[in-house]
Amino acid sequence: MTFGKITTDLLAGLGQNIELFLLTLAFALPLGLLITFGSMSKFKPLKYLTKTFVWIIRGTPLMLQLFVVFYIPGLVFGYPMKSRMFAAAIAFIINYACYFSEIYRGGIESIPNGQYEAGQVLGMTKSQTFFRVVLMQVVKRIIPPMGNELLTLVKDTSLARVIAIGEVIMAAERYTARGLIWPLFYTGVYFLALCGILTLLFGWIEKKFSYYR
Amino acid sequence: MAILEVKDLHKQFEGFQVLKGINFELEKGQVMSIIGSSGSGKTTLLRCITQLETADQGMIMVDGSITFDSASKKKLSSEEKRKNQLKTGLVFQSFNLFPQYNVLENVTLAMKLAAERRPDFKENKKEIYEEIDDKAKVLIAKMGLSEKLKNYPCELSGGQQQRVSIVRAMALEPSILFFDEPTSALDPELTGEVLKVIRELAEEKMTMVIVTHEMDFAREVSDKIIFMDQGIIAESGSADDLINNPKTDRLKAFLSKVK
Repeated sequence: MTFGKITTDLLAGLGQNIELFLLTLAFALPLGLLITFGSMSKFKPLKYLTKTFVWIIRGTPLMLQLFVVFYIPGLVFGYPMKSRMFAAAIAFIINYACYFSEIYRGGIESIPNGQYEAGQVLGMTKSQTFFRVVLMQVVKRIIPPMGNELLTLVKDTSLARVIAIGEVIMAAERYTARGLIWPLFYTGVYFLALCGILTLLFGWIEKKFSYYR
Repeated sequence: MAILEVKDLHKQFEGFQVLKGINFELEKGQVMSIIGSSGSGKTTLLRCITQLETADQGMIMVDGSITFDSASKKKLSSEEKRKNQLKTGLVFQSFNLFPQYNVLENVTLAMKLAAERRPDFKENKKEIYEEIDDKAKVLIAKMGLSEKLKNYPCELSGGQQQRVSIVRAMALEPSILFFDEPTSALDPELTGEVLKVIRELAEEKMTMVIVTHEMDFAREVSDKIIFMDQGIIAESGSADDLINNPKTDRLKAFLSKVK
């Protein structure tokens, strides 16, 4: 068992982590904004429904949610999940959308009322004020907490092995079962590399936004 | 005919009466200052006229249009509301410039968004935008801020920011321009440049209503001053009269405190 073989083996596993990461990112970012609008809605039933949903998702382990999404359709409705990656993506997207929604809400609520009032007295509509004035300020403010959350997401993708997705740690565990322990610790390097790239990326984005306060 | 007419205006917040029946009129080209201690209702009055708050009772007429009337059941369409909104301009105490836009963009954003409603917008977009930019540049130059066109608000002094926010309000050509304590957030050495701009606007016969604590400035620039106390107009009159010969005890007490 050569070092090179193990490295490429683990790399194939990491591909699954990256796939799950990108899928979650692509769908949870917009879904999170929808949930934010729900939880900030003036229509009380929608507001409390959304808040209850966010409470349930944030209040239960992601691992449990993975089991629910993967097994419940088959056990209860007789439609077994055909794709493990699809099930994992659904669970991750819903879970992370809820966390993102709270970050968005914090960002939106931190924008001073004066910005909305300035938009109004200048004859702008509510949606013009939100999308042309407020949103960019929200984006700037949520960059640091979003960076944090995405680092957590990178590492959380490993949880998908509980529904037998062959991600990097699972790939390493196959060696452990055969008595080779070091590949398991070696996976840390892969996570460090991914998180390193993300950290650099977020540093760059923060700098891009530093031209205004 | 009066360009601004306010009749029997009432406003309460959670049971607390902030405005208890305000009546006044203002002629076109006149400058009116509103003075009074904090909590007297000055800012609430301004916010009701500029539609940031909805009054509970009374009537407001701006430049021939009734913008608020508690006796009328008629609901205004959003288009009518927007038209009414643009009749009044407001300069905030805390400027409220848009931080992510530079000076020129701050001044032109609302005009460019409004231009999207024009039927010829799609064909002439470029020309329309250029026209708006040119118009804004003229106004910005008038304020002596030509060199700051591409600067962001955080790169400007407080006085410069407030001048930009005055241009931004002026650019939409409101019938009346309102100022809510325009110099209160500024260091004393920066108030002068903002007051100078307002003085110049007064000379050009811009109709203005100014909530201010600068008594000397109010007397110099205003045609008319109203003194508010506990939600009513306790005294009103010409600038010199009101400040030099206060009639009520409350105004006397107020003036002795601020002078």
